[in-house]
Amino acid sequence: MPMFPVSASRLRFEPNGHAVLRGLDLVLGGEGISVVLGPNGAGKSVLLRILCGLLEPSAGTLRWGDYDHCPEGVAMVFQQPIMLRASVLENAALGLIPLGVARRERQASAWAMLERVGLADRARDSARQLSGGERQRLALARAWLTRPRLLLLDEPTASLDPSGAEMVERIIREVRTEGCKIVMTTHNLGQATRLADDVVFMASGCVREHVPVSEFFRRPASEEARLFIQGELPWQMAF
Amino acid sequence: MSTGGVGTAFGEALSLILAFDHQVLDIALLSLRVSGLAVAIGLLIGLPAGACLAVGRFRGKQTLAVIANGFMGLPSVVVGVVVYLLLSRSGPLGDFGLLYTPSAMVIAQIVLVVPLMAAISRQVVEDAWRQYAEEFNAMRFTWSQSVRTLLHDCRYSLFVAVLAGLGRAMSEVGAVMIVGGNIDRSTRVMTTSIALETSKGDLPLAIALGLVLIAMILLLNGLAFVVRNWAMRRYS
Repeated sequence: MPMFPVSASRLRFEPNGHAVLRGLDLVLGGEGISVVLGPNGAGKSVLLRILCGLLEPSAGTLRWGDYDHCPEGVAMVFQQPIMLRASVLENAALGLIPLGVARRERQASAWAMLERVGLADRARDSARQLSGGERQRLALARAWLTRPRLLLLDEPTASLDPSGAEMVERIIREVRTEGCKIVMTTHNLGQATRLADDVVFMASGCVREHVPVSEFFRRPASEEARLFIQGELPWQMAF
Repeated sequence: MSTGGVGTAFGEALSLILAFDHQVLDIALLSLRVSGLAVAIGLLIGLPAGACLAVGRFRGKQTLAVIANGFMGLPSVVVGVVVYLLLSRSGPLGDFGLLYTPSAMVIAQIVLVVPLMAAISRQVVEDAWRQYAEEFNAMRFTWSQSVRTLLHDCRYSLFVAVLAGLGRAMSEVGAVMIVGGNIDRSTRVMTTSIALETSKGDLPLAIALGLVLIAMILLLNGLAFVVRNWAMRRYS
């Protein structure tokens, strides 16, 4: 069954009465990279967790194509991916355990994937000894290995130096060329320009704009988006 | 007893150990066999049970956790009496004829160590689960896959549970005395021998066994310390 488009209608998320998403509407096609932009607290990470089936919306409807629940083929990479006390190879193969892949086959596939992300020479090292950039590449490899149709990335290059971020971006582009739909959040506008096909701009728990990337940066439709691009702080908190 | 008497007893005890006295060796080996087997079986039950309590979402989970914690301090004589009643001729397991055998002592020690291991395992795995739950759920791990992966990931921390179980089993006297009967060359282990020999006034043997017991516990703890340090370096 097709799992695209992913469509959310009047989606609300209100844990303990605190509104994080306030009637969000969004339709995501099955191709390209959608970058979710917005200030802190806009609900970007929560949206990704809901799309991954980790959080239940409080109200509204959400469909993944013909599915009304999160189907197989959705993977997520977190800002701080966990690393088990095991080798890089074993950590890369982790995502294949739920798919019922035999151990030997898991390790062979993981090895091939580590070569693609440039970590084969670290395969036998402890994953906890990797640098931040290497950890993110490993987390991407782990997710990619499951052959997802929808890959959700929550600020995958946050706190990485430019060269680390560049390597992660290269992998993201490669995943995209294999036909995987990617939805990612970032605060890096340069990265959004380099990677995005379309931009979802969120503020106060709603989608303010969902337009092609060039249009977003050339002619932002909302005042909030214009201020965000210019780096102004209309959302700053009073202390 | 005079200071000189204690000194003499210590000297004789050391002579027994250095001469590899067969009585001391037999008793020490039986103790190791009984406690080692009890801990091995106990960890197969206790560690997964604790991990299931940490990861599982079911009714009565909190109650079970409280019971496991409470049973950590279960009085060994009470366990001894319960196992005695189960294994005695008129008890439900009387037909197996296990009373006053090393098997009965193993059973009693399993009952003692399982709650302890389960409680420690639950705590260790629960801490890891708090960090890993979201990512495991995103990868669509089943409940049992999560338990297995967490137990493997926490293996070095779970050494504490194994050591605690071994310490409890090896130092325990009440339950093995009741179900084993402290029979010479059959069910006499270090703790029961120490109690018996002390009451008889044979201090050298009691002290020799006490020293061996302490040495064994220190050796096992030292080994665990080395393994844990190695793991810390290996896996950061």
